[in-house]
Amino acid sequence: MRIVVVGDGKVGHALVKELSREGHDVVIIDSRQSVVDETVNSLDVIGVVGNGASYSVQTEAGVERADLLIAATSSDELNILCCLVAKKIGASSTIARVRNPDYSRQLAFLRDELELSLVINPELAAANEIFRILRFPFALKVETFTGGRTELVELKVTGDSQLNDVSLYELEKRYRVKILICAVQRGDDVYIPRGDFILRAGDRIHITGTRPEISTFIKEVGIVSDKIRSTMIIGGGRVAYYLARMMAGSGMRVKIIEQDEKRCIELSESLEKTEIIHGDGSDHDTLADEGIDETDAVVALTGIDEENIIIALYANSKKVKKTIAKVSRSELFRLVENLNVDSIISPKEITADYILRYVRAMQNTTGSNVLTLYRIVEDKAEALEFRVDKRSECIGIPLKDLSLKPDLLVAGITRGNSHIIPRGHDTIEADDRVIIITKNLQLKDLDDILLRG
Amino acid sequence: MNTRKIISSLGKVLKVEAVLMCLALLVALYYRESSWTAFAIAIGIMLLVGTIADYKKPEDGDIREGEGFVIVSFAWILCSIFGALPFFISGQIPSYIDAYFETVSGFTTTGSSILKDVEALDRGMLLWRSLTHWIGGMGVLVFVLAVLPASEGRSIHIMRAESPGPIVGKIVPKIRTTAAILYAIYIALTLIMVVCLLIGGMPLFDSVANALATAGTGGFAIKNLSIEAYDSAYLEGVFTVFMLLFSINFNVYYLLINGRVARALKSEEMRWFLGIVFVSTFAITINNISAYGTFLHSFRYASFQVSSIISTTGFTTTNFETWPTFSKMILIMLMFFGACAGSTGGGMKTSRIIIMLKSITREIRRLLHPRTVAVIKLEGKPVDNNVIHGTSVYLTAYMAVFLISLLIISLEGFDMVTTSTSVITCLNNIGPGFGLIGPRGNFADFSQLSKLVLSANMLMGRLEIFPIIMIFNPSLWRKR
Repeated sequence: MRIVVVGDGKVGHALVKELSREGHDVVIIDSRQSVVDETVNSLDVIGVVGNGASYSVQTEAGVERADLLIAATSSDELNILCCLVAKKIGASSTIARVRNPDYSRQLAFLRDELELSLVINPELAAANEIFRILRFPFALKVETFTGGRTELVELKVTGDSQLNDVSLYELEKRYRVKILICAVQRGDDVYIPRGDFILRAGDRIHITGTRPEISTFIKEVGIVSDKIRSTMIIGGGRVAYYLARMMAGSGMRVKIIEQDEKRCIELSESLEKTEIIHGDGSDHDTLADEGIDETDAVVALTGIDEENIIIALYANSKKVKKTIAKVSRSELFRLVENLNVDSIISPKEITADYILRYVRAMQNTTGSNVLTLYRIVEDKAEALEFRVDKRSECIGIPLKDLSLKPDLLVAGITRGNSHIIPRGHDTIEADDRVIIITKNLQLKDLDDILLRG
Repeated sequence: MNTRKIISSLGKVLKVEAVLMCLALLVALYYRESSWTAFAIAIGIMLLVGTIADYKKPEDGDIREGEGFVIVSFAWILCSIFGALPFFISGQIPSYIDAYFETVSGFTTTGSSILKDVEALDRGMLLWRSLTHWIGGMGVLVFVLAVLPASEGRSIHIMRAESPGPIVGKIVPKIRTTAAILYAIYIALTLIMVVCLLIGGMPLFDSVANALATAGTGGFAIKNLSIEAYDSAYLEGVFTVFMLLFSINFNVYYLLINGRVARALKSEEMRWFLGIVFVSTFAITINNISAYGTFLHSFRYASFQVSSIISTTGFTTTNFETWPTFSKMILIMLMFFGACAGSTGGGMKTSRIIIMLKSITREIRRLLHPRTVAVIKLEGKPVDNNVIHGTSVYLTAYMAVFLISLLIISLEGFDMVTTSTSVITCLNNIGPGFGLIGPRGNFADFSQLSKLVLSANMLMGRLEIFPIIMIFNPSLWRKR
């Protein structure tokens, strides 16, 4: 597809990198010459320097023949204007990053009247993600597939866990649960496990299944799953605002610690059920006074990555059940991985993933559709959800008779309202939704899972 | 420095060259020439060396600026070293240095020859000579980028190092598609030219060989008298038009194909280029009118020669050695100017001249009004100061190379005109000069040393100096 990306910032760059790697024709627009030069020198794309919302710049970038324009500059107004201009010039679809709640609340208007195909609010997306994790506190990460019925949960196997040193065969015999362990990260390697695979302490495993099944499994294997009742949020930015609103809605107690007094007042005006504390969240005394050792979860959302990591580490040392840190710079991910932080959240990655998922789904207007796409295990594997088209070659053949590509797993089939954990004799039928876990990135169609030739 | 990657890329280039040489082999076989064995041996050697070099795949695929320059420089040197083999093996050019000079002259689209009697060569050899022009015109590596997969984002550095002009960009986002589009336009124009020549009654072999030599703006003729041998006003017209077409920036054709005619015709560089062609042709026509009798007659020779020289092709239809000094000086000026950036032509490039003229104007204004802020624009877009700076440094380096080479060639003890125009014609990839190397002359009488220096000049001219100088820079080879 021909894709024009406006704004070569963090999200823009991540998008351009991924889209060009997937073989799309990408044009990047940014007003800074040096940034565009750098991108053009390192990636197979062309760049246009100028204001992305101007007509002449957009025509130069070939927007009239573009299938998609993604506006990801730091300014909401500019992004919306970019999309409006692009739509008039002739771009088929437009995506805007809009983070100001004043605008993003009128999603329906933006989508229907201004014809934006997708509006994404990075902070809201991040808050959603954190909220999901807090509801599954035992998980490192939780992703939901269409309909919210099936979930993909990442867990860590600890030394005292009953999962330690158990093969997947035994696990199934012992607990008879309807879940599937679909990917295991051990050190730097990723495995798509078979039945004889033996779990070890330190492994990070990914499980698919329905929410009740996963909960049962967690209880059976003896991972304590205390509910999170109280949460302390450090840093009162936009993510904190969205998160507090969601949590208050589901009856959790929330306390926000924010340094800036004016922001505290704003927050307390809009968040009635939330306790707002004016203080320095990286100060040990403040945290002790506010009862960090009594709270169930600590979410560090200040603007400084390093501070967030340190707060999360400190909270973990105080036996807080769940710690989450926001880290914006992807360079830090690998450094943090082996530290004692339960979950890492990056609004930039979430936004890029979200848009990529949309682009892939858009590309598959024929054949099976990609409904959902998650990058798991540091982008080394993907979990994809496809809708099965009537013409698919996979229909009606028992899974054990399909010749699948290596390192690939059919991890779930949703038919109507029921979720099937696929066994060898199960088949894929038209209109099913199929979850595929694979190390072979860039699957575009369900039929791509088959070994060709 | 990613040596493994460089070696593997060079291996690919050699394999591609071997495949292209097969065309010459087929021609030799078709005409039942005994020299086909020379091609077969050369192809075998290239495939062997290429396969060994490309055998072990590099793990890290990164190409940075440094690697880009090194790959391009060595690719051109190696292509010439191996491309010279058929001439040498078959014994048609007995001295290897001569064969090397001839091949460099081919790949760099210069067209200077050491052959006293071109017509004595086998047809396979003649075709290979013309084919080197065609390959070198658009670039060996651009061809490799177009035909081989596995081009990464950073391959842009290869294209930058090989393509002429101060600013090199892509016309579509994918570098591979860009290279393929450029070659598609190139092939299409070449085929059209073949047809036009056939219509004029030129034999098929001559049409193909001449079209290949014109497309690369090279100028290797297959007759001793160059194009004069055909003595046809129609054919000369075809050559004149196509030499100009091949020296216009290929982006213009891409815009035309896409129906953006208005934007294509607005190309500032093309307008300047055609302006220079028009004024020079007119001046020479008037200047020569007494010698040729009629205006039209004078125009026929003037237009062909202007177009041949400014496009840096170097075909001749008349002995311009006998022209008045004014006309000859115009031709020498045109040798320096050269074609447009992004074309197959050589020389300094029209866009550099425009940028330099504009910066001279700006400098004068700045001297008068020290607080003036003026942005130099080209094609309606502001030119980055780095580009302007790069252009002036380029011209300085160009002059330095010119003077040093001049000094070495002067050891030959030829007259001033022969000495200076031999360097001018090689550095600008034109072909003929004045004096001993005029339209009827050749480079046979130069010493081995001079031939090597001139070969280096041709490579520097084609690759725009810096890539070749750079491989002698020790800091490039140090471990980072």
